[in-house]
Amino acid sequence: MINALGPQEWTAIWLSLQVALVATVAALPVAIWIAYVLARKSFTGRQLLNGVVHLPLVLPPVVTGYLLLVVFGQEGPLGGFLKDVFGISFAFRWTGAALAAAIMAFPLMVRAIRLGFEAVDPGLEDAAATLGASRWRIWRTVTLPLVVPGILAGAILGFAKALGEFGATITFVAAIPGQTQTIPTAIYGLLQVPGSEPAVLGLVTVSVILAMGALLVSEWLARRMAKRLGGK
Amino acid sequence: MISVDIKKRLGDFLLDVQFDAPMGVTAIFGRSGSGKTSVVNAVAGLLQPDAGRIAVGQSLLLDSAKRTHLPPQQRRIGYVFQDARLFPHLTVMRNLSYGGNHDAARVIDVLGLGQLLDRMPAGLSGGERQRVALGRALMCDPQLLLMDEPLAALDAPRKAEILPFLERLRDDVKIPILYVSHDVSEVARLATTLVVLEGGRVTASGPVGQVLSQPETVPLVGVRAAGAVIETTVAGRLLDDGLTELAFSGGRLVLPGILGVLGQAVRIRIPAQDVILAKHAPSDLSALNILPVTITRIEQGRGPGVAVGLQTGDDHLLARVTRRSAQRMELAVGQKIYAIIKATAVGPEDISS
Repeated sequence: MINALGPQEWTAIWLSLQVALVATVAALPVAIWIAYVLARKSFTGRQLLNGVVHLPLVLPPVVTGYLLLVVFGQEGPLGGFLKDVFGISFAFRWTGAALAAAIMAFPLMVRAIRLGFEAVDPGLEDAAATLGASRWRIWRTVTLPLVVPGILAGAILGFAKALGEFGATITFVAAIPGQTQTIPTAIYGLLQVPGSEPAVLGLVTVSVILAMGALLVSEWLARRMAKRLGGK
Repeated sequence: MISVDIKKRLGDFLLDVQFDAPMGVTAIFGRSGSGKTSVVNAVAGLLQPDAGRIAVGQSLLLDSAKRTHLPPQQRRIGYVFQDARLFPHLTVMRNLSYGGNHDAARVIDVLGLGQLLDRMPAGLSGGERQRVALGRALMCDPQLLLMDEPLAALDAPRKAEILPFLERLRDDVKIPILYVSHDVSEVARLATTLVVLEGGRVTASGPVGQVLSQPETVPLVGVRAAGAVIETTVAGRLLDDGLTELAFSGGRLVLPGILGVLGQAVRIRIPAQDVILAKHAPSDLSALNILPVTITRIEQGRGPGVAVGLQTGDDHLLARVTRRSAQRMELAVGQKIYAIIKATAVGPEDISS
């Protein structure tokens, strides 16, 4: 099955991995910060922030993709600014695919990491404060290590989501081979061409392997963490 | 010397607490919901009072008039929580040294932690956890130690395992301790000063022996908990009978068990309900301890009981009798009568050395 993959399919696979990895790594710090704010802080507008974060989860992906096009396109307010000031362009480039994947994966990452924060006993942070630890040291030595399982779960979930993102990606950056064509858009494109079932099957196989791999790695990491905290 | 004067509104509950605590162990005693933990949290800086002043010795931790409110990090206060709160991802050694390494070797030795250093907290027993938490608090070189019911989550054998450590701490480490408890035998054993909280207010405070032997204290601490605490010294050991003779200002008491070496100080608690009163010196009685006493106070309780304050020498005892017998015996303040204390009445949990 894997033999049926041509150079174009392999390009799509590597591009998918690159897009998903960049999307996850770039979104993770922001997701951790937003999850922390949502789990621990009370402020006016908290529900609004929560709603905005979850919007990509409930909006039709095509709508999200269109909004990205409007905002981050060449003529868009942010897109134009970023291109003029930093020389970063999103439209019809792999960076755009990464942006779309990151936006779509973001709510899932925040949800998982927020659960992680909510599972950390604030009493432990109080205890660290009475022992003289600064807020930064408490965050670094108590909160963050205890929330690592949640962060890992969020990252893996986000990576899997980013790998499979379709609607927003194809709307925002289309499916240009070698530029923006990821595994899902490649499969969709191949399905339009008669006689390409072997290549489709190859890509599907790779998808399943990647997804299973991500799940197994996350399970293994979670078990390792549980074992460490379980003290055995 | 610790001085606390704080006000804090927590929903419908108003905390309004003032007390001064000298060196030694000050017990904050009260039912659950009386505001004990809020008081120690305010001292630790984890709860910000609406108004007030908290000072430990020369250092001012909180003064709402001067807008001083030190964060917990700068208070140098060791806090032993009821649930230990060890960091689950760190070994015992790294938990211990989290706040500092003050006197590490001695703390580890005194608390018997040497065997545990490489273990993770999840693998420790409840008693071991509290010992580690205590060691961790001590190693940050605190100017004050707060202990919020450190034994409440432990069963009797584990308690018995920790209490000697706490006593050694009280006698060896010269830092004041605020000790929250709702267990009167713990308080009687450890504390020098007692602050009784009820509904967010201080209803009694002073030296432990004095507060616990006041008849007014009975409704505050409960009928079973009320009773005098007396400092005695071992005056004789009746090895054949397995008894110890203890001397105090009011005379001598004989208690079962060998409680120490000659001359050793022993603190005992005599529950009010285990003291019997008689108008004349009884004879042919199986009880070994008969003390001549003077009635100092008679306090009517809400129920059928009457609390009778007694003086013998410089010490105070407390007896609880029914109102009916108080009337029949025509008890009155100033009267000289006899208190009969069954020697077995003072249980081993009430004796400290």
